[in-house]
Amino acid sequence: MDLYEYQGKELFRQVGIPVADGRLATTPEEARSAAAELGGRVVVKAQVLTGGRGKAGGIKLAADADEAEVYAREILGLDIRGHVVRRLWIEQASDIEREYYLSLTFDRGEKKPLYMFTTQGGMDIEQVAQKSPGALVRLHVDPLEGFNPWQARRLVYGAGVTEASEQKQIASIVGKLHDAFVRFDAMLCEINPLIVTPTGEVKALDSKFTVDDNALYRHAEVAEMRDLDATDPLEALAREKHVTYVKLDGEVGVLGNGAGLSMSTVDVVTFAGGRPANFCDLGGGGDAQGVVDALEVITRDPQVRAIFFNIFGGITRCDEVARGILQALGEMSLELPIVVRLDGTNAEEGRRILAEAAAANLRVSPTMLEAAKRAVELAA
Amino acid sequence: MAILVDTETRLVVQGLTGSEGRFHGLRNRAYGTTLVAGVTPGKGGQDVEGVPVLDTVAQAVEEHGANTSMVFVPAPFAADAVYEAIDAGVHTVIAITEGIPAHDMLRIHAYVRARGVRMLGPNCPGALSPGKANVGIIPAEIFTPGSIGLVSRSGTLTYQIGHELTQMGLGNSTIVGIGGDPVVGSSFVDILRLFQDDPETEYVVLVGEIGGDEEEKAATFIESEMTKPVVAYIAGFTAPPGKTMGHAGAIISGSAGTAVAKKEALEACGIRVGTTPTETAELAAELTR
Repeated sequence: MDLYEYQGKELFRQVGIPVADGRLATTPEEARSAAAELGGRVVVKAQVLTGGRGKAGGIKLAADADEAEVYAREILGLDIRGHVVRRLWIEQASDIEREYYLSLTFDRGEKKPLYMFTTQGGMDIEQVAQKSPGALVRLHVDPLEGFNPWQARRLVYGAGVTEASEQKQIASIVGKLHDAFVRFDAMLCEINPLIVTPTGEVKALDSKFTVDDNALYRHAEVAEMRDLDATDPLEALAREKHVTYVKLDGEVGVLGNGAGLSMSTVDVVTFAGGRPANFCDLGGGGDAQGVVDALEVITRDPQVRAIFFNIFGGITRCDEVARGILQALGEMSLELPIVVRLDGTNAEEGRRILAEAAAANLRVSPTMLEAAKRAVELAA
Repeated sequence: MAILVDTETRLVVQGLTGSEGRFHGLRNRAYGTTLVAGVTPGKGGQDVEGVPVLDTVAQAVEEHGANTSMVFVPAPFAADAVYEAIDAGVHTVIAITEGIPAHDMLRIHAYVRARGVRMLGPNCPGALSPGKANVGIIPAEIFTPGSIGLVSRSGTLTYQIGHELTQMGLGNSTIVGIGGDPVVGSSFVDILRLFQDDPETEYVVLVGEIGGDEEEKAATFIESEMTKPVVAYIAGFTAPPGKTMGHAGAIISGSAGTAVAKKEALEACGIRVGTTPTETAELAAELTR
């Protein structure tokens, strides 16, 4: 789960990483009163879960509360790379002397947390890594050993920070970032830029924070941060119904059982010349209620013109799955053409059950590729 | 021989008294796996269809000679259960549980390796050596004994490919699900090494998917250290970046972990990659001719 800048900063604040004072606003009026409360110059920042906010006009420096209101009116409703701005973070403006970059990521390959630090902050870190790899200091943390202060020193001295007070402040932030990473089960904690003000104060001017979905059960306060308005409505419905669903942009609705087979099904639809409307994993089984829930989500998408069930019967036998599908279809009134491909344990029995039901819109295909082609034709 | 599970396996099921643990534990026993005990803290002294239930894994090891543990414990308690099994002295831990936090797995991964214990999963279907033993949730009925080793991050996709092999008259030495999470106990390379050393395995099918770089590492390993032929399949060519596709580990982060990159890495090392599960099974069949 990705957090907004202001939510990430709230978690930074909880572990003691310095951030500027700010307020959340969802209307121009709220932006005005937030700016008035904070006093002085403020930055009006669009809260969206994507990069490139500045270039898209989503970040503006306002001289006073009046101007903050004007900018808020401009930015609210703005579409930034497909993300509509509904929330603003109004923050006390910070003077910037230098911009650094600090992050701690979950390195899957090495199976360790990875620190990255450079004094060339404020820009895309992949560019820094490409153009001047020597300027980027990378350091892994042993998951069992945890963080030790020498690691902060390695980063700070390694990147060439020379000013003593800066060294000390950054080293402290490095340790606290590890606290945040571990405490909130983060997959990513990034501060870009980490700034130094003209008076020598170091603070986090931005935050990028991703929390492991599988760990949300032990972080109720983070789980509540999810912005349901920003989620695709179909994906929100799927979440509510505990259906594993990802919206894609095509006409063939896809249901498979198991994550790998479902991914493979989406691929095969594409190879057959069609466009999958979604990814949907029914799980290992295929009970009627699960099928009903999944179909409700999939058919809510107005682009869907045909449905492709791709089921492999293992422990859950194909005849049971076939009955589940028929029961589900009986409970719903679906007119869309449906292609079902059943294979595995008791496949013949399952196909017979479906064929005998002889619903006009239901077709049974024996192989995955043939079924995919059929579904693509029907969706055309 | 086969790998990981065989006739020497003496299984303890952590969570045998839960509905899933009971269902699959007893299925494994019915297949012929030696199921020696179940563990559910607080339920020691009970039994599940004649299988003694104990309070600790240590008792299962000391009193019943358990050497392999299957974990069916719910995610919030699963990490603790895995540590318990490692410390009790089993040589193999197979964690079926889905939803264990990734940070827990970082620590478990380091811990299990340091102790020389083999781990599969979490979020995996287990391992099946046809005709010898089944530990996990793989439907054993669709597989037959043979010489093809199968290793995969996915369950049903593996069953699909294995089923197609069976229909072509080809069997498997061992079918191994390593799990769909970002960090799992054994990597593709770990399992490939076991297959390379296993006299009963002559060919290998590797089934990968988007996310991470384990397929790329496997490609390098196969090219430099394996003499047995390998074919592969990758799922997720049409997956959008940043979206978790069913498995917690199946996610393209930025531009890393795409199916295209994995396919190219494998092909660059001389490994053929099927475009569909059916084509992959056919490629495997070609190897055997």
